[in-house]
Amino acid sequence: MSETLIALFEGWGFTKVPEQISYLSDFGGIAFSIWETIYAPALATLFAYIIGLPLGIILVIGEPGGVRPLPKALMSVLNTVVNLLRSVPFLILMIVVFPLSRLILGTSVGTAATIVPLTVAAAPYVSRIVEISLREMDRGVVEAAQAMGCSPWQIVTKVMLPECRPSLINGATNAAITILGYGAMAGAIGGGGLGAVAVMRGHGRGQKIVMYVVVIILVILVQIIQSIGTAWSVKSDRRINPTETKRRK
Amino acid sequence: MSGPIIQIQHLSKVFGGGEGAVRALDDINLDVMQGEIFGIIGLSGAGKSTLVRCMNLLERPTEGSVLVDGQNMTTLSEKELRQARRKITMIFQGFNLLMQRTCLKNVCFPMEISKIPKEQAKKRATELLELVGLGDKAQAYPAQLSGGQKQRVAIARALATDPKVLLCDEATSALDPTTTISILGLLKDLNQQLGVTVVVITHQMSVIEEICSRVAILDGGSVAEMGDVQEIFSNPTTDAARRLVYPGGIAPAQFPASTRVIRISFNGGTAYDPLIASLAIDCGVKVNILGADTRNVGGKAIGTMLLGLPENPNEAAKALNYIQAQKNITVEEVPDYHE
Repeated sequence: MSETLIALFEGWGFTKVPEQISYLSDFGGIAFSIWETIYAPALATLFAYIIGLPLGIILVIGEPGGVRPLPKALMSVLNTVVNLLRSVPFLILMIVVFPLSRLILGTSVGTAATIVPLTVAAAPYVSRIVEISLREMDRGVVEAAQAMGCSPWQIVTKVMLPECRPSLINGATNAAITILGYGAMAGAIGGGGLGAVAVMRGHGRGQKIVMYVVVIILVILVQIIQSIGTAWSVKSDRRINPTETKRRK
Repeated sequence: MSGPIIQIQHLSKVFGGGEGAVRALDDINLDVMQGEIFGIIGLSGAGKSTLVRCMNLLERPTEGSVLVDGQNMTTLSEKELRQARRKITMIFQGFNLLMQRTCLKNVCFPMEISKIPKEQAKKRATELLELVGLGDKAQAYPAQLSGGQKQRVAIARALATDPKVLLCDEATSALDPTTTISILGLLKDLNQQLGVTVVVITHQMSVIEEICSRVAILDGGSVAEMGDVQEIFSNPTTDAARRLVYPGGIAPAQFPASTRVIRISFNGGTAYDPLIASLAIDCGVKVNILGADTRNVGGKAIGTMLLGLPENPNEAAKALNYIQAQKNITVEEVPDYHE
């Protein structure tokens, strides 16, 4: 079986086929890399939302004419910080944030260490994604809530977030995929996961088959995340497919 | 009917500042009586929506005071204001329902805000949905309803906190005529059954005619005319009122510019034909009918007619005298008809 495979790949012009096949046959190794590729971005997405969700809400409700206007100076500081962090290329940001990783986790290499720069890079991105979703909110519904005597806190928790839920889920899907991509990039400079495998083996040692396989796995991962996110968003949205909703009951 | 439930005194609202400041409302004074259906009508930009938003302080007045049920709304703290808003609720042109909640949960919403126990809220919401005729739609989502049904849910939601006043901001403007009639009928019923005072903001004469007892005509940010609907519609005295009562429906006729044009109003009881016919028979004078309209105001027919008098000044004077002598008819000249 493996001899036919080796002959096939060599026929296609690949080199160092036997060692690549043996690496890829080690299911445990690949599985571990997949796990690393998922868990670091997943945790980073979670932390990015812990910071970015409140920040995104503040960006919307705090502006003049918002539900809870905040001082103009504070709003421009927040906006500037978000723009600043978003404009620094991720690789540079990661290097800059290394000391912070060391401070929090005691190390600046390895998969766990990438969680810190991933979070720092993703939080401002997430805040903008959340902001975009909340801006779709119908002003009239917010006004109706105010007319009913809702406090700003109640408007956020009972009106804006639930009403924007489908859009927020789409945003989170988008954010998770972007952070997964950042995570793969982090592999290039000391992180782990499939990104590291692709860079070190595929690029560094000329193991092109490994590189292609890794890319295919990443594509599949993105597809899975996107499909789950879209399905969840559609299923949770009560504005579309009302007949569908009726049938489900 | 007892005393006023809403008292607005010297209310002004200015948007912006400096050179670009816009005076949306200018020294408004009006009282809405307890238990009545009060109409506020005006063309777009007259300040109706701003005025209604000043009643529940969604807009803070620049000057003046707003008293709701004796409470001065302008001096309340944010927290007290939120409490006070439960007594003066609102429905909107765009319904503004929560699209991700069922109808039942929409009606529960204001009770959830005021911390009423869930079971109790659910029971009351179910009753309210029955009251507005949507008992079977409790589990439906707003997207599954028609415009009229959405507005019914919004009305049920607005009644959830037992308000004293229901503000309707162009509540029927997005609905077709038949649905409008049914929603207005519902508001009338609720006013009679529950005693809730209703304030109706609209640009449609027909809405005012259908349900209001008193009306204020808003023009350029101030009250042009206010009083009994019947009185104002049969005898509008200001330009703003005339524009609304006779909305451009009278086509300019092709006849000499020297003829005098009069407008006569029948205040119920009289029909058109006998007057014109008897004018011809008794005086031998023929007049041109340039336009006519009848409105049903509170069950009473109010007709208006625009007449072109004969060119001969003597005949014109004769006709005018004859008409003025009739009972239940008011006559006025329309000097700017040819403009």
